[in-house]
Amino acid sequence: MRAAALRNGPSPVPTPIDSIVEVRGISKTYGNVEALRGIDLDFPRGKLTSLLGPSGCGKTTLLKIIAGLIRADGGTVAINGKTVSAPGPERAFVFQDFALMPWATVLRNVAFGLELRGTSRAEREEIARRYIAEVGLAGFEDKYPHELSGGMRQRVGLARALSVDADVLLLDEPFSAVDEQNRRKFQEDLIRLRTNQNKTFIFVTHSIEEAVYISDRIVLLSPRPGRVSQIIEPEIDRSGDPEHIHRDKHYLDTVEEIWQGLKQYVE
Amino acid sequence: MTLFGYRIPMMASLLVWCVVWEIVGRLNLVFLLPPFSEVLAAAVDLVQTPSWQKATITTLRAFAMGMTLSIVIGVPLGILMGRVKIADDLLGMWVNIFSSAPLSAIVPVLMILFGFGEKTIVAAVFLFAIWIIVLDTRAGVRHISPSLIEMARSYGASRPALYTKIILWAALPEILAGIRLGLIRGVKGVVIGQLLVAIVGYGALFETFSRNFRMAEFWALTIILFAFALMIAELIERAEAKVEYYAGARQ
Repeated sequence: MRAAALRNGPSPVPTPIDSIVEVRGISKTYGNVEALRGIDLDFPRGKLTSLLGPSGCGKTTLLKIIAGLIRADGGTVAINGKTVSAPGPERAFVFQDFALMPWATVLRNVAFGLELRGTSRAEREEIARRYIAEVGLAGFEDKYPHELSGGMRQRVGLARALSVDADVLLLDEPFSAVDEQNRRKFQEDLIRLRTNQNKTFIFVTHSIEEAVYISDRIVLLSPRPGRVSQIIEPEIDRSGDPEHIHRDKHYLDTVEEIWQGLKQYVE
Repeated sequence: MTLFGYRIPMMASLLVWCVVWEIVGRLNLVFLLPPFSEVLAAAVDLVQTPSWQKATITTLRAFAMGMTLSIVIGVPLGILMGRVKIADDLLGMWVNIFSSAPLSAIVPVLMILFGFGEKTIVAAVFLFAIWIIVLDTRAGVRHISPSLIEMARSYGASRPALYTKIILWAALPEILAGIRLGLIRGVKGVVIGQLLVAIVGYGALFETFSRNFRMAEFWALTIILFAFALMIAELIERAEAKVEYYAGARQ
Protein backbone atom coordinates (compact mmCIF):
# COMPACT_ATOMS: atom_id res chain seq x y z
CA MET A 1 0.00 0.00 0.00
CA ARG A 2 1.24 3.44 -0.82
CA ALA A 3 1.68 5.94 1.93
CA ALA A 4 0.33 8.80 -0.07
CA ALA A 5 -1.75 9.47 -3.08
CA LEU A 6 0.51 11.02 -5.66
CA ARG A 7 -0.35 13.03 -8.69
CA ASN A 8 2.41 13.84 -11.04
CA GLY A 9 3.27 16.73 -13.26
CA PRO A 10 2.26 20.33 -13.60
CA SER A 11 -0.92 19.36 -15.40
CA PRO A 12 -4.02 20.93 -13.80
CA VAL A 13 -5.26 19.03 -10.80
CA PRO A 14 -8.94 18.07 -10.86
CA THR A 15 -10.81 20.72 -8.92
CA PRO A 16 -11.84 19.48 -5.48
CA ILE A 17 -15.52 19.74 -4.70
CA ASP A 18 -15.22 22.85 -2.57
CA SER A 19 -12.17 25.01 -3.01
CA ILE A 20 -12.00 28.32 -1.19
CA VAL A 21 -8.90 29.70 -2.88
CA GLU A 22 -8.38 29.32 -6.60
CA VAL A 23 -5.10 30.27 -8.19
CA ARG A 24 -5.05 30.48 -11.97
CA GLY A 25 -2.02 30.99 -14.17
CA ILE A 26 -0.06 33.04 -11.66
CA SER A 27 3.34 34.19 -12.84
CA LYS A 28 5.85 36.58 -11.33
CA THR A 29 9.25 37.79 -12.47
CA TYR A 30 11.77 39.78 -10.44
CA GLY A 31 14.12 41.54 -12.83
CA ASN A 32 15.29 38.64 -14.96
CA VAL A 33 14.58 35.97 -12.36
CA GLU A 34 11.41 34.06 -13.06
CA ALA A 35 10.01 33.36 -9.58
CA LEU A 36 6.73 31.72 -10.58
CA ARG A 37 5.46 30.37 -13.89
CA GLY A 38 1.87 29.47 -14.64
CA ILE A 39 0.76 28.32 -11.20
CA ASP A 40 -2.69 26.66 -11.12
CA LEU A 41 -3.82 25.56 -7.70
CA ASP A 42 -6.95 24.95 -5.68
CA PHE A 43 -7.05 25.04 -1.93
CA PRO A 44 -9.85 22.96 -0.43
CA ARG A 45 -11.98 24.59 2.25
CA GLY A 46 -11.27 23.64 5.84
CA LYS A 47 -8.01 21.88 5.01
CA LEU A 48 -4.40 22.63 5.75
CA THR A 49 -2.36 22.86 2.57
CA SER A 50 1.40 23.25 2.67
CA LEU A 51 3.53 24.87 0.02
CA LEU A 52 6.79 22.99 0.20
CA GLY A 53 9.98 23.39 -1.72
CA PRO A 54 13.63 24.35 -1.62
CA SER A 55 14.56 27.99 -1.18
CA GLY A 56 14.10 30.00 -4.34
CA CYS A 57 11.04 28.06 -5.48
CA GLY A 58 8.78 31.08 -4.95
CA LYS A 59 6.61 29.60 -2.20
CA THR A 60 6.61 32.75 -0.08
CA THR A 61 6.02 34.86 -3.19
CA LEU A 62 3.01 32.73 -4.04
CA LEU A 63 1.66 33.06 -0.50
CA LYS A 64 2.09 36.84 -0.56
CA ILE A 65 0.36 37.01 -3.95
CA ILE A 66 -2.58 35.10 -2.45
CA ALA A 67 -2.47 37.56 0.49
CA GLY A 68 -2.59 40.49 -1.92
CA LEU A 69 0.72 41.84 -0.61
CA ILE A 70 2.56 41.24 -3.89
CA ARG A 71 1.06 41.91 -7.29
CA ALA A 72 1.38 39.05 -9.77
CA ASP A 73 2.54 39.75 -13.33
CA GLY A 74 -0.17 37.51 -14.71
CA GLY A 75 -3.00 35.27 -13.59
CA THR A 76 -5.72 35.59 -10.97
CA VAL A 77 -6.43 34.66 -7.37
CA ALA A 78 -10.04 34.08 -6.37
CA ILE A 79 -11.30 33.73 -2.79
CA ASN A 80 -14.78 32.27 -2.43
CA GLY A 81 -15.18 32.71 -6.18
CA LYS A 82 -14.31 36.41 -6.12
CA THR A 83 -11.14 37.65 -7.81
CA VAL A 84 -8.93 39.64 -5.44
CA SER A 85 -5.84 41.79 -5.95
CA ALA A 86 -5.41 43.42 -2.54
CA PRO A 87 -5.51 42.26 1.09
CA GLY A 88 -9.01 41.60 2.41
CA PRO A 89 -10.79 40.67 5.62
CA GLU A 90 -11.31 37.06 4.51
CA ARG A 91 -7.56 36.43 4.71
CA ALA A 92 -5.19 36.80 7.67
CA PHE A 93 -1.41 36.54 7.55
CA VAL A 94 1.07 35.09 10.02
CA PHE A 95 4.59 36.38 9.46
CA GLN A 96 7.88 34.54 9.59
CA ASP A 97 9.43 37.25 11.79
CA PHE A 98 6.18 37.69 13.79
CA ALA A 99 5.74 41.37 12.73
CA LEU A 100 4.57 42.45 16.17
CA MET A 101 4.49 46.08 17.20
CA PRO A 102 7.22 46.29 19.86
CA TRP A 103 5.62 49.36 21.45
CA ALA A 104 2.28 47.67 22.03
CA THR A 105 1.22 45.08 24.58
CA VAL A 106 0.23 41.53 23.64
CA LEU A 107 -3.42 42.55 24.01
CA ARG A 108 -3.14 45.49 21.63
CA ASN A 109 -1.07 43.47 19.15
CA VAL A 110 -3.67 40.72 19.04
CA ALA A 111 -6.50 43.23 18.76
CA PHE A 112 -4.72 45.28 16.11
CA GLY A 113 -6.52 43.77 13.13
CA LEU A 114 -9.84 44.62 14.76
CA GLU A 115 -8.55 48.06 15.76
CA LEU A 116 -7.87 48.79 12.08
CA ARG A 117 -11.41 47.71 11.26
CA GLY A 118 -12.84 50.18 13.74
CA THR A 119 -14.17 47.64 16.24
CA SER A 120 -14.86 49.29 19.60
CA ARG A 121 -12.17 48.95 22.23
CA ALA A 122 -14.22 46.89 24.67
CA GLU A 123 -15.35 44.47 22.00
CA ARG A 124 -11.98 43.98 20.34
CA GLU A 125 -10.23 43.47 23.66
CA GLU A 126 -12.76 40.87 24.68
CA ILE A 127 -12.22 38.98 21.42
CA ALA A 128 -8.45 39.37 21.74
CA ARG A 129 -8.47 37.96 25.28
CA ARG A 130 -10.37 34.93 24.06
CA TYR A 131 -7.82 34.14 21.36
CA ILE A 132 -4.87 34.90 23.63
CA ALA A 133 -6.24 32.17 25.89
CA GLU A 134 -6.87 29.95 22.86
CA VAL A 135 -3.19 30.01 21.88
CA GLY A 136 -2.14 29.43 25.48
CA LEU A 137 -0.95 32.91 26.43
CA ALA A 138 -3.54 33.76 29.11
CA GLY A 139 -1.89 35.96 31.73
CA PHE A 140 0.50 37.58 29.23
CA GLU A 141 -1.97 40.19 27.93
CA ASP A 142 -0.08 43.16 29.36
CA LYS A 143 3.41 41.99 28.45
CA TYR A 144 5.40 43.53 25.62
CA PRO A 145 6.78 41.40 22.75
CA HIS A 146 10.40 41.77 23.90
CA GLU A 147 9.42 40.14 27.20
CA LEU A 148 8.30 36.97 25.38
CA SER A 149 10.25 34.10 23.84
CA GLY A 150 10.22 33.52 20.09
CA GLY A 151 7.61 30.80 20.38
CA MET A 152 5.35 32.99 22.48
CA ARG A 153 5.73 35.88 20.06
CA GLN A 154 4.55 33.71 17.21
CA ARG A 155 1.56 32.66 19.31
CA VAL A 156 0.71 36.35 19.52
CA GLY A 157 0.97 36.53 15.73
CA LEU A 158 -1.33 33.52 15.44
CA ALA A 159 -3.85 34.95 17.91
CA ARG A 160 -3.90 38.19 15.90
CA ALA A 161 -4.67 36.24 12.73
CA LEU A 162 -7.40 34.22 14.46
CA SER A 163 -9.08 37.20 16.08
CA VAL A 164 -10.04 38.87 12.79
CA ASP A 165 -12.12 35.78 12.02
CA ALA A 166 -10.80 35.31 8.48
CA ASP A 167 -11.73 32.23 6.47
CA VAL A 168 -8.19 31.68 5.24
CA LEU A 169 -5.07 31.78 7.37
CA LEU A 170 -1.83 32.32 5.47
CA LEU A 171 1.24 31.24 7.40
CA ASP A 172 4.68 32.12 6.07
CA GLU A 173 7.23 29.73 7.65
CA PRO A 174 5.76 30.60 11.02
CA PHE A 175 8.02 28.29 13.01
CA SER A 176 11.36 28.92 11.33
CA ALA A 177 12.36 31.53 13.91
CA VAL A 178 11.16 29.37 16.81
CA ASP A 179 13.40 26.90 18.65
CA GLU A 180 12.97 23.16 18.12
CA GLN A 181 11.09 22.28 21.33
CA ASN A 182 8.64 25.11 20.87
CA ARG A 183 8.19 24.20 17.23
CA ARG A 184 7.05 20.67 18.13
CA LYS A 185 4.57 22.01 20.67
CA PHE A 186 3.40 24.62 18.21
CA GLN A 187 2.80 22.06 15.46
CA GLU A 188 0.71 19.96 17.83
CA ASP A 189 -1.29 23.05 18.76
CA LEU A 190 -1.83 23.85 15.11
CA ILE A 191 -3.25 20.39 14.47
CA ARG A 192 -5.61 20.89 17.40
CA LEU A 193 -6.53 24.40 16.28
CA ARG A 194 -7.38 23.21 12.81
CA THR A 195 -9.88 20.75 14.22
CA ASN A 196 -11.43 23.36 16.53
CA GLN A 197 -11.55 26.27 14.14
CA ASN A 198 -13.31 25.79 10.87
CA LYS A 199 -10.62 27.53 8.87
CA THR A 200 -8.53 26.96 5.80
CA PHE A 201 -4.79 27.07 6.36
CA ILE A 202 -2.16 27.73 3.70
CA PHE A 203 1.22 27.00 5.15
CA VAL A 204 4.63 27.75 3.67
CA THR A 205 7.50 25.65 4.92
CA HIS A 206 10.83 24.27 3.78
CA SER A 207 10.72 21.41 6.26
CA ILE A 208 9.50 18.13 4.78
CA GLU A 209 8.80 16.64 8.22
CA GLU A 210 6.78 19.66 9.24
CA ALA A 211 4.74 19.60 6.04
CA VAL A 212 3.94 15.88 6.31
CA TYR A 213 3.23 16.16 10.02
CA ILE A 214 0.59 18.85 9.81
CA SER A 215 -0.78 18.93 6.25
CA ASP A 216 -3.85 17.46 4.61
CA ARG A 217 -2.31 18.35 1.33
CA ILE A 218 1.22 19.17 0.26
CA VAL A 219 2.01 21.15 -2.87
CA LEU A 220 5.59 20.56 -3.95
CA LEU A 221 7.14 23.45 -5.86
CA SER A 222 10.25 23.16 -7.97
CA PRO A 223 12.63 26.10 -8.27
CA ARG A 224 13.74 28.41 -11.11
CA PRO A 225 11.11 28.97 -12.32
CA GLY A 226 8.74 28.10 -9.49
CA ARG A 227 6.25 25.53 -10.73
CA VAL A 228 3.97 22.94 -9.17
CA SER A 229 5.83 19.68 -9.46
CA GLN A 230 3.65 17.39 -7.36
CA ILE A 231 0.64 17.32 -5.09
CA ILE A 232 0.62 14.85 -2.23
CA GLU A 233 -2.15 14.02 0.19
CA PRO A 234 -0.59 12.25 3.14
CA GLU A 235 -3.11 9.88 4.65
CA ILE A 236 -2.10 10.13 8.24
CA ASP A 237 -4.41 9.55 11.16
CA ARG A 238 -4.05 12.58 13.42
CA SER A 239 -6.87 11.73 15.77
CA GLY A 240 -4.65 10.02 18.35
CA ASP A 241 -1.70 11.27 20.34
CA PRO A 242 0.32 13.61 18.11
CA GLU A 243 3.46 12.03 19.56
CA HIS A 244 2.67 8.82 17.68
CA ILE A 245 2.61 10.50 14.28
CA HIS A 246 6.37 10.88 14.25
CA ARG A 247 6.71 7.10 14.46
CA ASP A 248 3.85 6.34 12.09
CA LYS A 249 4.89 4.28 9.06
CA HIS A 250 2.85 6.33 6.59
CA TYR A 251 4.45 9.46 7.96
CA LEU A 252 7.98 8.14 7.58
CA ASP A 253 7.31 6.76 4.10
CA THR A 254 5.82 10.02 2.89
CA VAL A 255 8.75 12.04 4.22
CA GLU A 256 11.13 9.68 2.43
CA GLU A 257 9.19 9.88 -0.79
CA ILE A 258 9.16 13.67 -0.83
CA TRP A 259 12.84 13.75 -0.04
CA GLN A 260 13.56 11.49 -3.01
CA GLY A 261 11.62 13.92 -5.20
CA LEU A 262 13.30 17.04 -3.87
CA LYS A 263 16.84 15.68 -3.78
CA GLN A 264 17.55 16.66 -7.38
CA TYR A 265 17.23 20.36 -6.50
CA VAL A 266 19.77 20.21 -3.71
CA GLU A 267 23.37 20.70 -4.67
CA MET B 1 34.95 55.74 37.12
CA THR B 2 37.12 54.24 39.85
CA LEU B 3 40.33 55.58 41.38
CA PHE B 4 42.50 53.38 43.61
CA GLY B 5 39.57 51.03 43.93
CA TYR B 6 37.12 53.72 45.07
CA ARG B 7 34.10 54.59 43.00
CA ILE B 8 34.17 58.24 42.05
CA PRO B 9 30.84 59.88 41.23
CA MET B 10 30.45 61.47 37.80
CA MET B 11 30.37 65.00 39.16
CA ALA B 12 33.75 64.59 40.84
CA SER B 13 35.72 65.46 37.71
CA LEU B 14 33.66 68.59 37.33
CA LEU B 15 34.59 69.49 40.90
CA VAL B 16 38.28 69.01 40.15
CA TRP B 17 38.08 71.42 37.22
CA CYS B 18 36.20 73.96 39.33
CA VAL B 19 39.03 73.82 41.88
CA VAL B 20 41.63 74.22 39.11
CA TRP B 21 39.67 77.18 37.74
CA GLU B 22 39.52 78.74 41.22
CA ILE B 23 43.30 78.39 41.71
CA VAL B 24 44.19 79.72 38.26
CA GLY B 25 41.74 82.58 38.79
CA ARG B 26 43.25 83.48 42.17
CA LEU B 27 46.77 83.45 40.75
CA ASN B 28 45.60 86.37 38.63
CA LEU B 29 47.49 85.15 35.56
CA VAL B 30 44.97 86.23 32.97
CA PHE B 31 42.47 88.94 33.68
CA LEU B 32 40.05 87.10 31.33
CA LEU B 33 39.65 84.41 33.97
CA PRO B 34 38.32 85.55 37.34
CA PRO B 35 38.16 82.95 40.15
CA PHE B 36 35.31 80.49 39.88
CA SER B 37 33.76 81.65 43.17
CA GLU B 38 33.54 85.16 41.74
CA VAL B 39 31.80 83.79 38.62
CA LEU B 40 29.31 81.94 40.81
CA ALA B 41 28.59 85.05 42.82
CA ALA B 42 28.12 86.96 39.56
CA ALA B 43 25.71 84.28 38.36
CA VAL B 44 23.60 84.64 41.50
CA ASP B 45 23.49 88.42 41.04
CA LEU B 46 22.89 88.13 37.31
CA VAL B 47 19.77 86.00 37.51
CA GLN B 48 18.20 88.64 39.75
CA THR B 49 18.62 91.47 37.27
CA PRO B 50 15.62 92.41 35.11
CA SER B 51 17.87 92.65 32.05
CA TRP B 52 18.84 88.99 32.42
CA GLN B 53 15.25 87.91 33.00
CA LYS B 54 14.06 89.82 29.97
CA ALA B 55 16.88 88.44 27.84
CA THR B 56 16.11 84.91 29.02
CA ILE B 57 12.46 85.20 28.09
CA THR B 58 13.34 86.59 24.65
CA THR B 59 15.89 83.85 24.09
CA LEU B 60 13.65 81.03 25.29
CA ARG B 61 10.79 82.30 23.15
CA ALA B 62 12.88 82.42 19.98
CA PHE B 63 14.37 79.02 20.82
CA ALA B 64 10.99 77.42 21.45
CA MET B 65 9.53 78.87 18.26
CA GLY B 66 12.49 77.81 16.14
CA MET B 67 12.49 74.31 17.61
CA THR B 68 8.74 73.86 17.20
CA LEU B 69 9.03 74.86 13.56
CA SER B 70 11.95 72.54 12.89
CA ILE B 71 10.19 69.57 14.55
CA VAL B 72 6.83 70.23 12.89
CA ILE B 73 8.47 70.55 9.46
CA GLY B 74 11.48 68.27 9.97
CA VAL B 75 9.71 65.10 11.11
CA PRO B 76 7.16 64.97 8.25
CA LEU B 77 9.91 65.86 5.78
CA GLY B 78 12.07 63.03 7.11
CA ILE B 79 9.16 60.59 6.90
CA LEU B 80 8.47 61.71 3.32
CA MET B 81 12.11 61.20 2.37
CA GLY B 82 12.18 57.81 4.07
CA ARG B 83 9.10 56.61 2.21
CA VAL B 84 9.14 58.28 -1.19
CA LYS B 85 12.20 57.69 -3.31
CA ILE B 86 11.68 60.69 -5.56
CA ALA B 87 11.46 63.05 -2.58
CA ASP B 88 14.63 61.49 -1.23
CA ASP B 89 16.45 61.96 -4.52
CA LEU B 90 15.30 65.57 -4.82
CA LEU B 91 15.94 66.69 -1.24
CA GLY B 92 18.64 64.33 0.02
CA MET B 93 21.51 66.33 -1.43
CA TRP B 94 20.33 69.61 0.09
CA VAL B 95 19.64 68.15 3.50
CA ASN B 96 23.11 66.62 3.58
CA ILE B 97 24.77 69.86 2.45
CA PHE B 98 22.95 71.95 5.05
CA SER B 99 23.50 69.49 7.86
CA SER B 100 27.27 69.68 7.45
CA ALA B 101 27.64 73.25 6.18
CA PRO B 102 29.06 76.02 8.42
CA LEU B 103 25.66 77.59 8.99
CA SER B 104 27.01 80.55 10.98
CA ALA B 105 28.04 82.00 7.65
CA ILE B 106 24.43 82.13 6.53
CA VAL B 107 23.12 83.98 9.58
CA PRO B 108 24.10 87.42 8.17
CA VAL B 109 22.01 86.58 5.12
CA LEU B 110 19.11 85.81 7.45
CA MET B 111 19.54 89.25 8.95
CA ILE B 112 19.07 90.79 5.53
CA LEU B 113 15.99 88.66 4.95
CA PHE B 114 14.34 88.93 8.34
CA GLY B 115 15.72 92.10 9.88
CA PHE B 116 17.43 92.66 13.22
CA GLY B 117 14.76 91.12 15.35
CA GLU B 118 13.32 87.94 16.72
CA LYS B 119 12.51 86.55 13.27
CA THR B 120 16.18 86.21 12.42
CA ILE B 121 16.87 84.36 15.67
CA VAL B 122 13.96 81.99 15.09
CA ALA B 123 15.20 81.38 11.55
CA ALA B 124 18.71 80.72 12.87
CA VAL B 125 17.44 78.15 15.39
CA PHE B 126 15.37 76.51 12.65
CA LEU B 127 18.27 76.42 10.24
CA PHE B 128 20.61 74.88 12.80
CA ALA B 129 18.18 72.30 14.18
CA ILE B 130 16.07 70.99 11.32
CA TRP B 131 18.58 69.02 9.22
CA ILE B 132 19.61 66.49 11.82
CA ILE B 133 15.93 65.95 12.66
CA VAL B 134 15.17 65.27 8.99
CA LEU B 135 18.15 62.93 8.61
CA ASP B 136 17.44 60.93 11.76
CA THR B 137 13.72 60.63 11.02
CA ARG B 138 14.55 59.45 7.50
CA ALA B 139 16.98 56.85 8.88
CA GLY B 140 14.36 55.69 11.37
CA VAL B 141 11.71 55.27 8.69
CA ARG B 142 14.20 53.45 6.46
CA HIS B 143 14.94 50.93 9.19
CA ILE B 144 11.33 49.92 9.80
CA SER B 145 11.02 46.21 9.21
CA PRO B 146 9.19 45.68 5.88
CA SER B 147 7.10 42.93 7.47
CA LEU B 148 5.63 45.45 9.93
CA ILE B 149 4.39 47.50 6.97
CA GLU B 150 3.11 44.34 5.26
CA MET B 151 1.38 43.37 8.49
CA ALA B 152 -0.49 46.69 8.60
CA ARG B 153 -1.42 46.37 4.93
CA SER B 154 -2.57 42.77 5.24
CA TYR B 155 -4.85 43.68 8.13
CA GLY B 156 -6.39 46.46 6.07
CA ALA B 157 -4.66 49.60 7.35
CA SER B 158 -5.61 52.76 5.49
CA ARG B 159 -2.81 55.09 4.45
CA PRO B 160 -3.33 57.50 7.39
CA ALA B 161 -3.51 54.56 9.81
CA LEU B 162 -0.29 53.13 8.36
CA TYR B 163 1.50 56.40 9.13
CA THR B 164 -0.01 57.23 12.51
CA LYS B 165 -0.21 53.72 13.94
CA ILE B 166 2.92 52.10 12.51
CA ILE B 167 5.49 54.30 10.79
CA LEU B 168 5.58 57.14 13.33
CA TRP B 169 5.88 54.73 16.24
CA ALA B 170 8.35 52.40 14.64
CA ALA B 171 10.65 55.32 13.83
CA LEU B 172 10.14 57.04 17.19
CA PRO B 173 13.52 56.12 18.75
CA GLU B 174 15.40 57.69 15.84
CA ILE B 175 13.04 60.67 15.71
CA LEU B 176 13.71 61.39 19.39
CA ALA B 177 17.46 61.04 18.89
CA GLY B 178 17.19 63.52 16.03
CA ILE B 179 15.22 65.95 18.17
CA ARG B 180 17.77 65.68 20.98
CA LEU B 181 20.65 66.48 18.62
CA GLY B 182 18.50 69.16 17.03
CA LEU B 183 17.93 70.83 20.40
CA ILE B 184 21.66 71.03 21.05
CA ARG B 185 22.21 72.51 17.61
CA GLY B 186 19.30 74.84 18.21
CA VAL B 187 21.04 76.26 21.30
CA LYS B 188 24.02 76.97 19.06
CA GLY B 189 21.68 78.61 16.58
CA VAL B 190 20.07 80.88 19.15
CA VAL B 191 23.43 82.01 20.56
CA ILE B 192 25.08 82.58 17.21
CA GLY B 193 21.99 84.35 15.91
CA GLN B 194 21.82 86.64 18.89
CA LEU B 195 25.56 87.31 18.88
CA LEU B 196 25.46 88.36 15.27
CA VAL B 197 22.34 90.45 15.62
CA ALA B 198 23.86 91.61 18.93
CA ILE B 199 20.93 93.69 20.09
CA VAL B 200 18.58 90.91 21.20
CA GLY B 201 18.52 88.70 24.28
CA TYR B 202 21.70 86.93 25.36
CA GLY B 203 23.54 88.32 22.37
CA ALA B 204 23.05 91.83 23.72
CA LEU B 205 24.17 90.74 27.19
CA PHE B 206 27.27 88.97 25.83
CA GLU B 207 28.10 92.12 23.86
CA THR B 208 27.76 94.33 26.91
CA PHE B 209 29.79 92.06 29.19
CA SER B 210 32.64 91.41 26.81
CA ARG B 211 32.89 95.05 25.62
CA ASN B 212 33.10 96.25 29.19
CA PHE B 213 35.38 93.41 30.33
CA ARG B 214 32.84 92.23 32.90
CA MET B 215 34.35 88.75 32.71
CA ALA B 216 32.70 87.27 35.81
CA GLU B 217 29.27 88.01 34.37
CA PHE B 218 30.39 86.88 30.93
CA TRP B 219 31.41 83.47 32.26
CA ALA B 220 28.33 83.25 34.45
CA LEU B 221 26.14 83.69 31.39
CA THR B 222 28.16 81.10 29.47
CA ILE B 223 27.75 78.59 32.28
CA ILE B 224 24.02 79.23 32.46
CA LEU B 225 23.76 78.55 28.71
CA PHE B 226 25.80 75.37 28.93
CA ALA B 227 23.70 74.16 31.83
CA PHE B 228 20.53 74.87 29.87
CA ALA B 229 21.75 72.97 26.78
CA LEU B 230 22.83 70.00 28.88
CA MET B 231 19.59 69.99 30.81
CA ILE B 232 17.28 69.80 27.80
CA ALA B 233 19.50 67.17 26.18
CA GLU B 234 19.22 65.18 29.41
CA LEU B 235 15.43 65.56 29.44
CA ILE B 236 15.10 64.20 25.90
CA GLU B 237 17.53 61.43 26.73
CA ARG B 238 15.20 60.32 29.51
CA ALA B 239 12.31 60.20 27.07
CA GLU B 240 14.52 58.20 24.73
CA ALA B 241 15.37 55.71 27.45
CA LYS B 242 11.66 55.10 27.85
CA VAL B 243 11.24 54.10 24.21
CA GLU B 244 14.58 52.35 24.00
CA TYR B 245 13.18 49.14 25.43
CA TYR B 246 11.42 48.59 22.18
CA ALA B 247 14.10 50.01 19.94
CA GLY B 248 16.27 47.08 21.00
CA ALA B 249 13.47 44.63 20.42
CA ARG B 250 12.95 45.68 16.81
CA GLN B 251 13.85 43.25 14.12
